Amino acid sequence: MDNTPRVLQIVQRCEALFDDLHFNAVKDWKAAAPGRMAIGYMPVYVPRELIHAAGMLPVGILGGGDSLEVIQGDAYYQSYICRIPRSTIELGLTGRLDCLDGMLFPSICDVIRNLSGMWKMLFKDKYVRYLDVPQNFQDEVGGRFYMEEMQILREDLAKLAGREITDADLNASIAAYNDNRAAIRDLYAYRAAKPWLAPTSEVYLLLRAGMVLPVEEHTLLVREYLAAAELLQRPKRDNARIVLTGSFCEQPPLALIKSIEMSGCYIVDDDFMLVTRWLLDEVPADGDPLRELSKAFLHRSASTAAKYEATREEKGVFLMGQVKTRGAEGVIFAAPSFCDPALLERPMLQDVLSKHGIPHTAFKYAENTGQMAPIREQAGTFADSIKLWNAA
Amino acid sequence: MNTPIAMPTPTGSAKKPQNVQKEDAMWLQKELINRNYSELANARANNRKVSATFVPGNLNELLMCFDFARSLPETNALQNGLRKKSGKMIMDAERDGQSEDVCTYVKADLGMMLGGEVGPNGEVLPKPDILLLSYTGCFTFMKWFELIRHKYGCETVMLHVPYQGEGHVAPNMRDYVVRQLKETVIPTLERVSGVKFDIDRLRQYMRESVKAEEDLVAVLQSAKNRPSPIDGYFGAVYYIGPIFTAFRGTPEATEFYRVLRGEIEERLRLGLGPITPEGEMGEEKYRLIVEGPPNWTSFREFWKMFYDEGAVVVSSTYAKVGGLYDFGFRHDPDHPLESLAEYCLGCYTNLNLPSRVDMICKYIDEYQADGLLINSIKSCNSFSAGQLLMMREVEKRTGKPAAFIETDLVDPRYFSAANVKNRLESYFQMVKAKRGAGVAAGPGQGGHAATVIPIGVAH
Repeated sequence: MDNTPRVLQIVQRCEALFDDLHFNAVKDWKAAAPGRMAIGYMPVYVPRELIHAAGMLPVGILGGGDSLEVIQGDAYYQSYICRIPRSTIELGLTGRLDCLDGMLFPSICDVIRNLSGMWKMLFKDKYVRYLDVPQNFQDEVGGRFYMEEMQILREDLAKLAGREITDADLNASIAAYNDNRAAIRDLYAYRAAKPWLAPTSEVYLLLRAGMVLPVEEHTLLVREYLAAAELLQRPKRDNARIVLTGSFCEQPPLALIKSIEMSGCYIVDDDFMLVTRWLLDEVPADGDPLRELSKAFLHRSASTAAKYEATREEKGVFLMGQVKTRGAEGVIFAAPSFCDPALLERPMLQDVLSKHGIPHTAFKYAENTGQMAPIREQAGTFADSIKLWNAA
Repeated sequence: MNTPIAMPTPTGSAKKPQNVQKEDAMWLQKELINRNYSELANARANNRKVSATFVPGNLNELLMCFDFARSLPETNALQNGLRKKSGKMIMDAERDGQSEDVCTYVKADLGMMLGGEVGPNGEVLPKPDILLLSYTGCFTFMKWFELIRHKYGCETVMLHVPYQGEGHVAPNMRDYVVRQLKETVIPTLERVSGVKFDIDRLRQYMRESVKAEEDLVAVLQSAKNRPSPIDGYFGAVYYIGPIFTAFRGTPEATEFYRVLRGEIEERLRLGLGPITPEGEMGEEKYRLIVEGPPNWTSFREFWKMFYDEGAVVVSSTYAKVGGLYDFGFRHDPDHPLESLAEYCLGCYTNLNLPSRVDMICKYIDEYQADGLLINSIKSCNSFSAGQLLMMREVEKRTGKPAAFIETDLVDPRYFSAANVKNRLESYFQMVKAKRGAGVAAGPGQGGHAATVIPIGVAH
């Protein structure tokens, strides 16, 4: 009998999914019933409800991490371009993404935008779409455009699926994702309340599992983790409570997250995989589904560098909200090298934090960063300084 | 990201230095650009409101309807690059918290502001009253104006131009842009300027735009002749100056393009090649298409590497960033707002990669080019991400050799003259060798070796 505590069993399963760059979970899901299809998507946000309503599996593609040797992908990019597109190309060219029947490239930056065109050129037999999301937040302007874009996607997916996607299908999918969003909200609230019982290295893996598992299964897994986490006694440390921001696209290595935690920080909020909590509250599941998804996007969604903020006053409000509601004592800016959105956003957010007296520090990483000692040192010094300031 | 060129003199007048040769229209262009800097510098004294906007998706006709003095930050950055001032500005911005990884146009602009907003002509430029964020073909534009707004409190108004991800403009994309113009952009410009919008005034400006657009296209397409009377990259940045910046829609721009076209047609009649800063170019030995913006900090040196070898750029994608007119688009006074939308949607960097490849292949064919050169710009992901695949695809489809160099827009740390020169010389030799070998291996037969030898940037 396996005496491993249940919470750690769950984490082990999530880690196995995370490590599997051949996406066997996706292949297994497809093989379980004839005609099943899977659609990949990149950060930051796509309305996964549409894919789900078509009976397909949405699959989050977040690059190749630190274990993938990028050989072909490097031949497609200059040295000054971030790493996620090259490892994603590598995944594609080595057949690891053959299990996907299509790819969605949402509006986030010029690199991912152009990757959509590269995908069209390299994988001509796949469905590929660049998904523009509005930067105008009026219902009759940006909202209308967004609904039209979603309708086009809905029709495309219906063609692929060979069946209509009804409003009832969409509302059922909205309900399924509402359950998932609620579970993730609970997970984040729990971690903020008891970060020693739900370390971010585990929460992160749980979120990553949601990139490849069916939403219903993932919701159950999160709920089970929450129940199991409470049962395992783990020591509470005198760590600094920090928000990690800037990691919304190319992912840091898992070792980097662990290093930050080992250095004396509790990560109490972050912007990993924002797709799981982009829509901030429940989306009505009994109305016009595209209208409701649009209204949620326009008026009740998260903030990130890829999203326009119409006034100066809005800048940093979301991050300050994370700091205040989670009881954070500082912010770590962790951005991928050459990430224009995160790095251009950073000085504005730093300024807002400074004006509110919130300590912050910053470093860059790549998904294959191997040297953790400098990160540990910097994060550790930051944590120490917070403790000293607070004590003073 | 892009933009046209003119080197303003400190006095604001375009004197002709003895050591630089230009067509008469180039001097006229210089006067126009200088005059705009003067108007900007005196805007407050003349009780004028000031707008800033970007070259791609530049709604100049619309801004003129509200009497704004018009600034284009990309142009300011490149002018400072030409005058070798941008290096310090970039480092100042980096010391102020900007990452070394991000766009140097943005940092040159922010550095100029930190330095007291002294413009390229030596006069202090006013803080804009409105930042018209034409979010066209470049993600960085959004952050750029958010940064300026954050630091200086300028109001922004967003015009989100959807990307041509599917390779065409869908009706809902155009309608979305028009709705933004009606519901957000025009009301904001009315409020900030205090001037009521008059659509007939917009139509009148557009009538002028069409005349200039016709003449510009005739000038750019003159390069289909042998020898080409123009350089469609280094020379073209002078030609696109007025129409890509604060002059499209003005009678002065119309006149400029009329004069320019006359000059070029005369050169064509006389069988002359392009004029270079050192005079008439000699024998035309190589005809190239160039993809990507130029380097500005060593612009003359960069150009010289081409004309010294007898290489003429017969067409470039950069000359299309502020408007793509050579495939038929013209501003339409009968449908003014729809036309503005289509203009924005059609700018070069708003095209998807397959469309960009199609366009380059078409240029190679129509301009009888020997090959493609990509000048990959560190600052500009919009242009640069995907260019290596574009290069391979163009080689595969046309059978013409392609080469790849790396520089930057306005950061002098990323221009390595020796590397670029070596690479270009090798490329020219390869074009010659390929000609000598005949065209036995035709397009798509894979009989050629790819010349993918990116040059490392200088550190």
